[in-house]
Amino acid sequence: MEKAIEVTDLVTQYGDRVILNGISFSIPKGKTTVILGGSGCGKSTLLNHLIGLLKPTSGEILINGHDITAMTEDEFNEFRKKMGVLFQGSALLNSMTIADNVALPLREHTKLEEPTIQIICRMKLDLVSLSKFEHFYPSQLSGGMKKRAGIARAMALDPELLFFDEPSAGLDPVTAAGLDELIIKLRDVFKITIVVVTHELPSVFMIADYVIMLDLGEVIFAGPIDELKASAHPKVRRFLERQAEQETYSPEDYFRFIAGN
Amino acid sequence: MPAAIEGLFGFIGRKTFSILRNVHDASKLINDTFYWTFISPFKGKAVRVRATISEMVKAGYNSVPIVGVISFFVGIILALQAAYQLKKVGALIYVANLVGVSLTRELGPILTAIIVSGRSGSSYAAEIGSMKAAEEVNALVSMGINPIRFLVTPKLIALMVMLPALTIFSDFIGILGGLILSATALDMNPFSYMQQTVSSLLVKDVMTGLVKAWAFGVVITIVGAYQGFKVSGGAEEVGRRTTASVVASIFLVIVFDLFFTALFFYFT
Ligand SMILES: Nc1ncnc2c1ncn2[C@@H]1O[C@H](COP(=O)(O)OP(=O)(O)O)[C@@H](O)[C@H]1O
Ligand SMILES: [Mg+2]
Repeated sequence: MEKAIEVTDLVTQYGDRVILNGISFSIPKGKTTVILGGSGCGKSTLLNHLIGLLKPTSGEILINGHDITAMTEDEFNEFRKKMGVLFQGSALLNSMTIADNVALPLREHTKLEEPTIQIICRMKLDLVSLSKFEHFYPSQLSGGMKKRAGIARAMALDPELLFFDEPSAGLDPVTAAGLDELIIKLRDVFKITIVVVTHELPSVFMIADYVIMLDLGEVIFAGPIDELKASAHPKVRRFLERQAEQETYSPEDYFRFIAGN
Repeated sequence: MPAAIEGLFGFIGRKTFSILRNVHDASKLINDTFYWTFISPFKGKAVRVRATISEMVKAGYNSVPIVGVISFFVGIILALQAAYQLKKVGALIYVANLVGVSLTRELGPILTAIIVSGRSGSSYAAEIGSMKAAEEVNALVSMGINPIRFLVTPKLIALMVMLPALTIFSDFIGILGGLILSATALDMNPFSYMQQTVSSLLVKDVMTGLVKAWAFGVVITIVGAYQGFKVSGGAEEVGRRTTASVVASIFLVIVFDLFFTALFFYFT
């Protein structure tokens, strides 16, 4: 298995509160990996580390063999051109049309002529079936369309790595399934390494080749999707069988809760 | 009372740390803003010209009516107040000196700066703040686009150009207001009023006003951007930060005004 990302002993603290407690895992190249876990377990925090928005307290993150935690901002910016991100709320620039949003990375990072940029834009929007909406502003689109426009923008520079934060959160099941199909298409057609953060089981079974499951800042499962289905780990089983669980607090939180501060 | 003392020291400590952190954040923002505006263009990272022009229109051209009306009225008010005293000594012609000097040296720059704080400073904080809340700033960073270069530099250039320009406009309209009042209500000869204004004004008076205006432009941009980037929560915080940016920029404009006025008083 060729590795796209390798994380070793990653620790994150906000103040003295530990969010990720020395986790290690790797993400295979050219596959779709899902990072799974309940709300508040640190999925977005982990994603922010992987895309370099947040520096970990300690630990190593290798992407294609380079440690991104040790890079300067300039070095990492070169790296970022090979990475695309779809944020939880799409994060399109509201002051620009969809076409300008998709063109933005091209205008900023390439010396392409304007007509070429227009053509690439149209191709990317076509890929996500939004070619009729290029002159719309983000506020004029539905949630699902915004997500697809966000994918088109993330794809603008033909990345090798694509990150999604909760792609189906807040969408109806049909739109969410459409997005899942798009994710599968991106992997199959462009051979991109895809990392999806989610807590939605139906989409996990649809898109995942490989699963990493987090709980209370620890990795409790890492492996192919078939192994996940067969796993006997009680927490994994409970998650898969959607059993209600007493709201779990980390020991510190629980102490704070009963101590009244 | 050890607990009370402990509480007091704890309070002082927390306040000190929070002030130090704010100072650190602000100086980093100033540093980055000046880097991306004055240094990086010479390293091949061009300024966004179209965005800069659009910011100039928003901050400058669109404030022309309000700056014009307010300056006109203030010119009239100044002339009336000056006449109130000068009439007693029969030196009405010196109304022209007073109006001209106080407008160009002081009131033109400060009125313009306060109007622009309210219009543009607040909108900078609101724009950047809501982009921060909607992860748009994170999206820029993840695309390898520096948010300071993308968002702040066009605004800084716009205000560095437009605030002095609006100040010159404000000076003219204010003097015109004084002239119209003197020519009508005070029965002065408009031509001799003009002559008196021109002979009383020194280039230095106008220049110091423009230097102030330039500095106010920098202050308003930095404060708006600082408050905007400080947003970490949602819409409610954007509103709070927007208000804070207007209060802070008017306060800092006055502080800088005091500093420059003292400087020019002793060194020109
Ligand atoms: N900026 C921050 N400061 C302090 N705590 C934070 C911050 N961001 C997130 N957290 C905490 O870290 C934990 C994980 O958050 P997050 O990664 O957003 O969870 P998820 O995406 O899995 O729902 C949460 O308990 C949250 O309260
Ligand atoms: Mg999240």
